[in-house]
Amino acid sequence: MSDHPASVGRTLGIAHAARRRLAQASLLGAGAIGASIALMGTSAWLISRASQHPSEASLTLAIVGVQFFGLSRGFFRYGERLVGHDAALRVLADLRVRVYRSLEALAPAGLPTFRRGDLVARVVDDVDSLQDVVLRVIQPFAVAILVGVTTVAAMWWLLPQAGLVLLIALLVSATAVPWLTGRLATRAESRQATARGELSAGVVDLIEGAPELVVMGATDGQLARIDASDGVLRSIARRGAGTTGIGLGLTTALAGLASWGALTLGVHATHAGSLNGALLAVLALVPLAAFELVSPLPAATQALQRSRVAAGRVFDAMDASPVVVDPDVPVQVGDGPHSLALRGVWASYPGSARPALRGVDLDLRPGRRVALVGPSGAGKSTLADVLVRFLPVDAGDATLDGIPMERLAADDVRRVVGLVEQNPHLFDTTLAENLRIGRRSSTDEELAGVLTRVGLGDWLSGLPRGLATEVGSMGTRLSGGQRQRVAVARAFLADFPILVLDEPAEHLDAAAADALTTDLLALTEGRSTLFITHRLTGLERVDEIVVLDGGRVVERGTHTELLASGGRYAGLWWEERMSDRPIHDEPSPGRASPGGLRAAITEGSDTL
Amino acid sequence: MDAGAKATGRDPSHGATRERRGGALDSRLLRYARTTRRFVVLAVAVGGATALLVVAQASLIATIVAGAFVEHRSVTSLRTPIAVLLAVIAGRAALAWAAERAAHRASASAKSELRRAASARVATLGPSGLERRDTGQLSVLMTTGVDALDGYFSRYLPQLFLAVIVPVTIIGVVAGADWVSAALIAVSLPLIPLFMALVGATTKDRTAARMRSLQKLAGHFLDVVAGLPTLKVFGRAKAQARSIAAVTDRYRSATMATLRLTFLSSLILELLATVSVALVAVAVGLRLLGGHMSFEDALFVLVLAPEAYLPLRALGANYHASADGMKAAEEIFELLEEPEAGPTGGATRPAGTAIRIAGLDVTYPGRRLPALHDAALAVEPGETVALTGPSGCGKSTLLSVILGLRLPDAGTVTLGGVDLTDLDLADWRRHIGWVPQRPHLFARSVADNVRLGRADASDAEVAAALDAAGLTEVVRRLPLGADTPLGEGGAGLSAGERQRVSLARAFVRDAPILLLDEPTASLDNETEADVLSAIRTLVSGRTALIVAHRPALAALADRVVELPAALVPA
Repeated sequence: MSDHPASVGRTLGIAHAARRRLAQASLLGAGAIGASIALMGTSAWLISRASQHPSEASLTLAIVGVQFFGLSRGFFRYGERLVGHDAALRVLADLRVRVYRSLEALAPAGLPTFRRGDLVARVVDDVDSLQDVVLRVIQPFAVAILVGVTTVAAMWWLLPQAGLVLLIALLVSATAVPWLTGRLATRAESRQATARGELSAGVVDLIEGAPELVVMGATDGQLARIDASDGVLRSIARRGAGTTGIGLGLTTALAGLASWGALTLGVHATHAGSLNGALLAVLALVPLAAFELVSPLPAATQALQRSRVAAGRVFDAMDASPVVVDPDVPVQVGDGPHSLALRGVWASYPGSARPALRGVDLDLRPGRRVALVGPSGAGKSTLADVLVRFLPVDAGDATLDGIPMERLAADDVRRVVGLVEQNPHLFDTTLAENLRIGRRSSTDEELAGVLTRVGLGDWLSGLPRGLATEVGSMGTRLSGGQRQRVAVARAFLADFPILVLDEPAEHLDAAAADALTTDLLALTEGRSTLFITHRLTGLERVDEIVVLDGGRVVERGTHTELLASGGRYAGLWWEERMSDRPIHDEPSPGRASPGGLRAAITEGSDTL
Repeated sequence: MDAGAKATGRDPSHGATRERRGGALDSRLLRYARTTRRFVVLAVAVGGATALLVVAQASLIATIVAGAFVEHRSVTSLRTPIAVLLAVIAGRAALAWAAERAAHRASASAKSELRRAASARVATLGPSGLERRDTGQLSVLMTTGVDALDGYFSRYLPQLFLAVIVPVTIIGVVAGADWVSAALIAVSLPLIPLFMALVGATTKDRTAARMRSLQKLAGHFLDVVAGLPTLKVFGRAKAQARSIAAVTDRYRSATMATLRLTFLSSLILELLATVSVALVAVAVGLRLLGGHMSFEDALFVLVLAPEAYLPLRALGANYHASADGMKAAEEIFELLEEPEAGPTGGATRPAGTAIRIAGLDVTYPGRRLPALHDAALAVEPGETVALTGPSGCGKSTLLSVILGLRLPDAGTVTLGGVDLTDLDLADWRRHIGWVPQRPHLFARSVADNVRLGRADASDAEVAAALDAAGLTEVVRRLPLGADTPLGEGGAGLSAGERQRVSLARAFVRDAPILLLDEPTASLDNETEADVLSAIRTLVSGRTALIVAHRPALAALADRVVELPAALVPA
């Protein structure tokens, strides 16, 4: 995923969905700043006229004006902010739906993002951050332009030279000052980068390496290292402090100069008789008030840059082309029994030069169970993605009931072939809602029944809120084993004729993994199943074992045949028996108990 | 001016936190970051100087305008006040720059002070004090997290003092020209924070209740996108687009309902500030009309009136700068004030290397069942003991007790003939060579990583240790040999190589006691054989406790102790 900023035009175009409200908000914002400028202008005029002792009636209009502008500013501002936020949220709704539609076509193989949770979160964060385009980019600039033009025009009308002075001062502070401060900030940042890197490495070592440092008595040395890089960073920051204040200093100077210039020109014009003296105070006070509209612009410029970077990433995702395209007139899938076949299949992920599958043959006939084993990176998950039509084949044939998959609609393929992913997603809602993704019409009894089948019956009956239990964001209130079992239960509810289980026990420790594997092998008896695993326990019960390595099938046969042949499978099997050690050790008292399943279930009851 | 601009739909909680804290200066910041004290003094001085220049500017503008308008004077005859005004403007700009510079310098120092204090605290907390924390978050907090203090120092703290000094000065000066206007300003100013607090208090409960439901709606989009592959498997993906539109729409109306309340307080601020200026203008105008005051005084008051409210408005606008910075600072204060968790030991130096443990109970915080229950172990000086048992039975926990990293809940632990509570832990650890199960490698050279075992080890000794750990070949392949710097966490080496570097530390440390936690776990068979023979040499004549899973490793021991399986929750 690139980090190229999107064009300004396309970034601002995001706001199109709420353009009317945005215009309203900008007008209200202009009203707010306009009111405070007009308040100063009319007040100055009021006292200037009052000093000439006219009749009180001739001042009525000015008094009403002063009171109106004094009162209206707050309401204008309140309205601007409400309408602006409303516009931003409408833009967000529109953008989310559009991004979702693109991602829906891409997921999961079309975007590397889906392999990593943090990247998904970043795209979502980018999308959400783009409401800034409305609130912090377009609105301040629109307000500045509207009010700036009006104020300069008014000043011009009073005294053209004063208008010109204000115009120049505003333009400089709206363009040159943000540009200069932006450049200085970038330069300061790049000087700090190395020191920051060292400091960060030192702090990470201090925290992550705490046991080693304490035991080996090296803590003081590490603290000295941190102090050294901290000292460098501090002195760079202190030396660079002068540049950070330049923006504020310049804006203050420009506001003062505009007022001073207009005043001096006004004095000259008054003396020469070309300006009504009662307007002189207006000329001096309006520029001071007008500079309020410049102050949000440096932040708006920064927000635009940030938004362009975020938009660049979002647009990249939206512009990516789907890897699987449905045919115009898809062939209908029949009623079954269904069988899947791969013949010499090559496949690769978009953007990856290396084929992940190199000429794989596989048959999944009705009622047969096949296990796919091999080291990580062998292409096992790629094969699963091909079978559920997440990924097209580059060469060879993938057929469902003898029909090439390219002639079928991908959604139709997935009605027949189901998948329990390596990291199945549980949604932040109730247990029941998560299960009903499998079959919406399921009754509570059916849900409880399927949970019992996957070994969660006792756990369910121990839950105070039962099926209404919230599983938490990403299912975090469940243990790893429980999550996998709920995912399997969901797939059982959907009752796929063919089921692909992609390393359902991958993230569990050895005991829990073997318990789950044993249960799954019992549960899938008689159902067409592809069982992807890297642990070999229990595989004597499947009809065929396929050993994959480097994208090729290196061995195939039954457990007995493969063990007898003394090849790769036999080697892996013996190794697993000999050095059976779990992936993680403490702290986890329940983990390695003989009844790993039971442990996994009770472990979860702590967290619920 | 936009006090709540950040309270967008994305994070409406900003509006609420604003009401939570007042605006006062946190005394802990003064305590932990002493730079702050000097900066406070400076900020007061800047506030005073700013107030003087503001008054001077208003007075000069009034003089010049009155001179030209009332007395019909020319630019030439007004050249002195015009020139002085220019100087005052230059002074204000210079002061703004200098104040910002001082703020960033103070901020840089304060951040450094907090970072150092936090580092020192992390060092004393030790491993058992850190394990309940998210270590990733902690390191971000200590490095870039405290940067949020920049805003606090540059925009919030100075405004806090300006908001007091400038209005008070202005009221005093205005009173000299027109006491009615001075009274108007003096009465309206304190009303602003008063009304804001009132509005905040009345809307607080309602916004807090809404905020909770908002949070769940806010997470919906991420939840659905992260679950897209799953939704596709079940044919539910396309239908979700409508639900996203619906949920975001609900989110919008809920947010707007909250914002209508949160923005009320800034409405009060804006309204009172501008209405007061308008009232001053009208009052002054009418008195001028009646001939009760001079034009120059009237203009002077008019120019000053908005300046009296400006710092308060800026303070409201910059509240977030303060809130984000103070949040980071508060997290650091919490760390600094956290109580000790691990054993602190005593002053008695160990005599000998014997390890005797009986009736040991250890329960991890937040766990129901103990990691170790009634465990016993005795290792005689010079003996090599292999510790086996099913995974999770507490072998590594036992080692951490012996290392003085974890406080037992019950039992007697006698190390080197001294009870754990009296033991000089630093001295005890000096006698230990330790290879943890998952060793941490530091972002320094390979040789420096080995020297962690003994800081004064010579190059030859380091090379010998690397060789003993079977790393000679690996080191030769590195671009700069043993001087090759490693990335964070030892990036650049495989898991097996990292474990062997840790073993090399134990070799170079040459300590009488050895605690090895599965030192051959990530090695392939060939390397394992080499390393095993090196370990055999290492343990001879020393007191050694080896956590062993593989039979070959256990075979090195004089004696095998098997820990029973951990308690299984019924």
